[in-house]
Amino acid sequence: MQVLQSFAIRAGYAVILLIAVLVLNFSMMHLAPGDVADTISQSMGGADQELLDQIRADYGLDKPFIVQLGRYIGGVLQFDLGFSFFYNQPVTDLILQRLPATLLLVVTAQLLALFIGVIMGVVSARKPNGILSHFVTFLALFGYAAPVFWTGILLLIAFSLKIQLFPVAGMQDVTIEGGFWVHFLDVARHMVLPVITLGSLFLALYSRLARATMMETLGSDFVRTAKAKGLSPNQVVYKHALKNSLSPVITLAGLQFSAVISGAVLVEAVFSWPGLGTLAFQSIIARDTPTILGILFFSALVVIVGNLLTDLALRLVDPRVGGKG
Amino acid sequence: MSLIDPENTLPPARSPLSEAWEMFRGNTAAMLALIVLALIMLCAIFGPWVYPTDPFDMVWAPFSPPGVDGFLLGTDYLGRDLLAALIHGSRVSIVIGLAAASVSILIGVTVGALAGFYRGWVEELLMRITEFFQVLPTLLFSMVIVALFGASLPMITFAIGVVSWTAVARITRSEFLRIRELEYVMASRASGATNSKLMFRVILPNALPPIIVQAALMVGSAILFEAGLSFLGLTDPNVVSWGQVIGSNRQYILDASYTVTIPGLAIFVTVLCISLVGDGLNDALNPKLRSR
Amino acid sequence: MALLSVKNLRVEIKTRAGVAPVIDDLSFDLEAGESLSFVGESGCGKSMTALALMGLLPEGVGSIAAGSITFDGEELTTASEARLREIRGNDISMIFQEPMTSLNPLFNIGEQIAEVLRAHQNLSRKAAWSQAIELLDAVRIPNAKARVNDYPFQMSGGQRQRVMIAIALACQPKILIADEPTTALDVTVQAQIFDLLQDMQRQTGSSIILITHDMGAVAEMAERMIVMYAGRKAELGPVEDVIAHPRHPYTAGLISCVPHILSTLTEEREELVEVPGIVPALQDFGKDTCLFASRCLQAQAQCLRARPPEIEFGPEHQSACWRAEEL
Repeated sequence: MQVLQSFAIRAGYAVILLIAVLVLNFSMMHLAPGDVADTISQSMGGADQELLDQIRADYGLDKPFIVQLGRYIGGVLQFDLGFSFFYNQPVTDLILQRLPATLLLVVTAQLLALFIGVIMGVVSARKPNGILSHFVTFLALFGYAAPVFWTGILLLIAFSLKIQLFPVAGMQDVTIEGGFWVHFLDVARHMVLPVITLGSLFLALYSRLARATMMETLGSDFVRTAKAKGLSPNQVVYKHALKNSLSPVITLAGLQFSAVISGAVLVEAVFSWPGLGTLAFQSIIARDTPTILGILFFSALVVIVGNLLTDLALRLVDPRVGGKG
Repeated sequence: MSLIDPENTLPPARSPLSEAWEMFRGNTAAMLALIVLALIMLCAIFGPWVYPTDPFDMVWAPFSPPGVDGFLLGTDYLGRDLLAALIHGSRVSIVIGLAAASVSILIGVTVGALAGFYRGWVEELLMRITEFFQVLPTLLFSMVIVALFGASLPMITFAIGVVSWTAVARITRSEFLRIRELEYVMASRASGATNSKLMFRVILPNALPPIIVQAALMVGSAILFEAGLSFLGLTDPNVVSWGQVIGSNRQYILDASYTVTIPGLAIFVTVLCISLVGDGLNDALNPKLRSR
Repeated sequence: MALLSVKNLRVEIKTRAGVAPVIDDLSFDLEAGESLSFVGESGCGKSMTALALMGLLPEGVGSIAAGSITFDGEELTTASEARLREIRGNDISMIFQEPMTSLNPLFNIGEQIAEVLRAHQNLSRKAAWSQAIELLDAVRIPNAKARVNDYPFQMSGGQRQRVMIAIALACQPKILIADEPTTALDVTVQAQIFDLLQDMQRQTGSSIILITHDMGAVAEMAERMIVMYAGRKAELGPVEDVIAHPRHPYTAGLISCVPHILSTLTEEREELVEVPGIVPALQDFGKDTCLFASRCLQAQAQCLRARPPEIEFGPEHQSACWRAEEL
């Protein structure tokens, strides 16, 4: 019960965070030069003062700040993030169309990086002077210093243009026909390079941390106990040591959700991936403020949900977190 | 046995700074990186005078490969000199890197110091604000700021700095929490030092080593950040920067991949060197962790 | 034949300065059902002896350079790792100094006990689990059935050490090595743990090797004792003989640190002396001198010239001191 209770507290806190994001969003929109009326008049090719006032009255822009803020938050609670005059669509619809593509990219990259990173960390920790260990060190340096969009373009040049292994852009080939598996494989093929680009950034982080914590864990007293029990090396490493090395890596991964989304914006731009990042990029060029702010809100939502899931994962791994202690 | 063993006396005491420098000098990778960084800095400061070609001028036929026709790094899709773009662009990258890192360190140290020093509700509030900023994807947030308030260099600097201070704040806070309980802090508190003196004269100097290391890494991150923004086109249209060269040329990688690979390499080398110097600083300033 | 026989054992570890013998020419026998105690300050090679017996010397750092360890007629120094794994936790098991960190924090204690039963006794999950409950009961954890699901963080230090004992005794080993089992515990808990160890030994008939720096514990627990100094055996003998008449100045120093062993001394606190100085540095361990000489009040020129031989005093009592006969 206590687990549920403390989790509910965290969830409630997440809601407060989201409302804070909305306040920030709205304040920025308010502070920025130009308002919705200007955008509309621009899209109509100019308007006189009377029409501008008319539009402002229609949209409630003449009301005090706090009233407008209340209406905005009220709207969001009903899934109304405003209207995009550039796409001529409600922002919520627009985002919900693009969100799955970004989630697919982000979640796949995160999970793969976590999984491979932990394996690499474990294997290299058992042989601190082995080849893989040096590779982890190298990857950590490279992963930090290489701009992610540059890595993406290099991969694109190498594996789409020079060797035509993977498609250059997009998420699927609209011309092919077939059942679920045909489309599945098609999307998978499109995903390879974007996922590698985004994942390698975080693989570098996770494998280095996994290696460090694993080396520390392998020297700990309970590992010595496990050896003294006469367990096999694999049981010692993969049962006793690995589970203890997971918590720090999961914690780090939880902190990276915001960075993963930032990386995804760039990766989507490189590979023309039809997700939120590309949408953000396009709407910034089009100065489509409601869409931009809607994306910021949704990405914060993704980060918060990601953090809650991380919290849950930590509780599953470690009985000391939150539980009955 | 006498108390002082003549065979065993300590070497003459040296200042911690010269000791750290001694350590740093022993680190070959960090020293090499420092030299390369110095060269890049020289290039950023004096390069535009030595190589005055305007990076916005169309000087030759487009897509002229490196080394051909006298252009060391070739020309881009508009026939602009790539070497000129790299040299002039280094200024923007480095200036924004340093300035944005300064902004985030200023914010981060202030928030972390106040939280770690005063504790109680101040800490609670400031840490909630820190968490709030961690929830917003940094790049997206700064894209929004730049998009709404204009793509001038000061605004870009601000946009990068204001979204990336959370790590500094967390490190500063934990250092303050640790140091404020130490005896010499207690002693100066007991001898009536004011809060501001305690914070900035007593605790902060001792909290500096990890902050300095983080600051070095922040400069690297800020350069990457600026490159990302300008790659997306969110940059001052009147100045050239490395990321912007990549962004504007990326449609032409089939014709001229060097227009993308070379500026990327410049970013990569710069940030790599900064991170190596950061590692060297870390080893030199935190001798306790050296054995790792 | 002795259950365990160690002959001229030499264990070396690599240091920055070179190779140092942390155990140098150690020989002793352990009979079935016997309690033997290793005594000495930290860094004198007691724990290394235990790890060498278990085949758990730190990989790449420590190794057996010479000598033999014979267990039940089987040579262990040349045994395969797989064979050593069969022995560990089954025939020879060990409990450690730090009950707070020696248990895995992420598995419940039932699993940690049952695991060793499954590894060595081919028990099913269910059988191992119910035996784990019995073992918890045997080490006097109240309400064993409920506590078997607890995690280490939910237990006190003394309870954790009981769990460690349960793990070590699960397969009814022939030898139990207890490395400073009570050092990290409260004094009252220490006595309980020693009681438990003695009871368990009576029930299972295991031999116990108790490693400690606490002369009081030795007097209470052991039949014979080995005093170690700087990786070498300083003195070996029946506990009563050694305490009554130590034949090595180091032993004498250790005994005088503990007032209650010699009840006549308890009123005269000023007689309580420490052994002055510290154990020599590792790189000096190999020297062909008496390593204790620098701290010894009786040291002579001879002590710095050559390593003292082991001199016998009556049955089973040996001392490695040039002046042992005069003491």
